[in-house]
Amino acid sequence: MSPEPASGDRSAPVLEARRVTKVFGGLTAVKDVDLEVGEGEIVGLIGPNGAGKTTFFNCLTGMEVPSAGDIVYRGRKLSPRAHEVTAAGIARTFQNIRLFPNMTALENVLVGRHCRTREGVFAAIGRGPTFRREERESAERARELLEFVGLRRLENALARNLPYGDQRRLEIARALATDPGLVLLDEPTAGMNPQETVAAMQLVRRIRGQGLAVVVIEHDMKFIFNVCDRVAVLVQGQKLVEGTPSEVQRDPRVVEAYLGAPVEAG
Amino acid sequence: MISIVAQQVRRRVAPVRVPLGAAGALLIVVGSLTPWATFFFGYPGKVTLAGFPGGARLYPLLLAPAAVLVVVDLAGRRRGGLTAALGAVAVVGWNVLAIAKDGGGFGAVAYGGWLALAGAGALALALHSLPADRPVAESFGRLPAPVELLALAGSLGLLLVVVVVGLDIEESSRFVSFAAFVGFASAALQRLGGFAWLQSVMERHHRVTIAAAALTALAFPFTQQGSSYWLRVFASIGVFAAAAIGLNVVVGLAGLLDLGYVAFFGVGVYVGALMGSAGRTTYQGEWPFILVIIIGAAVAAVFGVVIGAPTLRLRGDYLAIVTLGFGEIFRIAANNLDWLTRGPNGIAGVPDLALGNFSFGDTHEVLGFSLPAFANYYFLELLVLAGAIVVFTRLNDSRIGRAWVAIREDETAAAAMGINTWRMKLLAFAIGAFLAGAAGTVNAHVAASVSPDSFTFLESILLLAAVVLGGMGTVAGALLGSAALFILPEKLRAFQDIRLLMFGLALVLMMRFRPEGIVPSRRRQRELHDEDGGAGAMSAPPAAPVAGRGAS
Repeated sequence: MSPEPASGDRSAPVLEARRVTKVFGGLTAVKDVDLEVGEGEIVGLIGPNGAGKTTFFNCLTGMEVPSAGDIVYRGRKLSPRAHEVTAAGIARTFQNIRLFPNMTALENVLVGRHCRTREGVFAAIGRGPTFRREERESAERARELLEFVGLRRLENALARNLPYGDQRRLEIARALATDPGLVLLDEPTAGMNPQETVAAMQLVRRIRGQGLAVVVIEHDMKFIFNVCDRVAVLVQGQKLVEGTPSEVQRDPRVVEAYLGAPVEAG
Repeated sequence: MISIVAQQVRRRVAPVRVPLGAAGALLIVVGSLTPWATFFFGYPGKVTLAGFPGGARLYPLLLAPAAVLVVVDLAGRRRGGLTAALGAVAVVGWNVLAIAKDGGGFGAVAYGGWLALAGAGALALALHSLPADRPVAESFGRLPAPVELLALAGSLGLLLVVVVVGLDIEESSRFVSFAAFVGFASAALQRLGGFAWLQSVMERHHRVTIAAAALTALAFPFTQQGSSYWLRVFASIGVFAAAAIGLNVVVGLAGLLDLGYVAFFGVGVYVGALMGSAGRTTYQGEWPFILVIIIGAAVAAVFGVVIGAPTLRLRGDYLAIVTLGFGEIFRIAANNLDWLTRGPNGIAGVPDLALGNFSFGDTHEVLGFSLPAFANYYFLELLVLAGAIVVFTRLNDSRIGRAWVAIREDETAAAAMGINTWRMKLLAFAIGAFLAGAAGTVNAHVAASVSPDSFTFLESILLLAAVVLGGMGTVAGALLGSAALFILPEKLRAFQDIRLLMFGLALVLMMRFRPEGIVPSRRRQRELHDEDGGAGAMSAPPAAPVAGRGAS
């Protein structure tokens, strides 16, 4: 297995989210959230349901246009367009799996290669040597990634026919195919059994082992404590606490946010 | 309710399956050799005479061998046999009705027809009582290459024969029998696994298949004995099919419902007519025709981009409505721009093409065969069609094609995977329009005249129907759908009054029983028939998830 750095290097941040705000009508879903992610760091994002975690992800990936705030990736400010964000190097998975159901596993991963390949209409019709080489390299890379997540043998199965856990892993492989520097995972273990959760944890560590930074939304605290270098807690759209998993766990405000305020005696 | 009755019948019939099936097959044989009509009134096929299977009587006879399946129960191929038997029922039933109608009552139907009908029914019952189909492993043994190639050549030759024989049938009623026979027989063959095997052979001998198919298409004019009637129809089919393939890029691959697609075809037709020396007696050839095709296609593609750029931000139904509007705008504009399109009069007298001394309007002698004028257009159209097929298949199998399918499957996820969805959709629109424009340019010379009435909403719907009937996302589907939409109206002239009714009925039946079209893409087939195909698909990679989990 690849060497794993104990914790990320925060001196050169991969991602800087500055005062990100998203307002839907009268509802402020995300308010002034700052988040920094260093090279090779795994950052957990936790919070009660409806805290704005997924909306924050959507703002990061350009799927929602933030009402205010900047997203800076490796020193470059990103415009809120999904395909440009992905091309810049931020890839994501979805909470409710969004594979291309009627494409095979291999085709799904190949779609992820789209923004890293250049051949156009005339090349595709002409089928010159460059086109063939590019297609071959894409397929090789896609198979490597399927191997990486353990789905190599299912490459010709339709995504919709894969078991739930495999669909989650295929989504990760597809995200990795875009050659990202940062992967955003939205509840990668939701609906998984304990063994699958352990496998998912190992997979996230191995992704970091490849030198990628990871931000992960999770409800499974075992996952957060075993995998994350740092945890940020979102409550009602605002960042409440940020720190190492044990710091966050001890923080009374976090307990309060999850369990409610202790009833005052008297 | 119906399924309960069917279950009951199946259980009752099962014990007497073999004698019933044998009796049914025997009755079909006897029925096809005995008269179907009591007196002669011009019903085709000499059906008043006994001793030979004349006319439609041949078809049930050819379907009867399905009875063998009653005895051997070959790996649970119930549906295949049942389809063949139902085909016999349909053919005999249709003829009995037609004889009764033409002969003035059921008194006109002779005992042979009733025997054959009873036999076909008995056979269908016997096959129905077979145990349900077991999923069969879709693995086909490789045969020696010469055998496979022979099967390939044989099937393409058979296709040519079926086409030529079918086109030769004059009477509508007999053509219906023939079409029913071909339809049911090929459906039965498909369910018995014949086509799947043939497809695997074709994939193994990819190049040979393409060459043989091209040769078959090129051979067609030589079977017409100098007659131009069907060549004219086939040239039109080619034009239509090339446009349908373009629409298939837009609808089948990218999943964009375009209801105004015929406008792009119209742009091509007008460019072809205006640049093709319309109004003069001979083609002046200021512009080489190949250039005209490219210009026509390019102008159509520009229209595609202009219309697509603002509308492609819409999704689904909204896009359909807006494209419908643009289609109408094109027609109305063509009606009113008198200085350019000559308004509702249209442009008449587009002359025949000429390449050097080779005039497309003349009959030419090749190898002792006389090829009429439309053979030239037929060949030209094959060329355009071949170009459209190359563009479609090669784009489909590239990063662009995968991006289109991804957009169709989930546009949001596609954007999140780095696909510039708007640009890719615009590209699909432009490529579709380009192919339609190329087809249109040729059509200006095939049809020899243009008028705005040819570009109505109904034409867009017919193109869409060709794609959907044939099978979305496949070339063969677009070809077959276009051919069906052109040949059937020609052949079913007797039913002219209820033509649209039959067309609608056919569409409804297709959507109910075969929503993936006649020639489905594999992806769509699996998508729509998961309940019967899903078991095989799921069991294909046995136990792999567990192994994969261990590895990660």
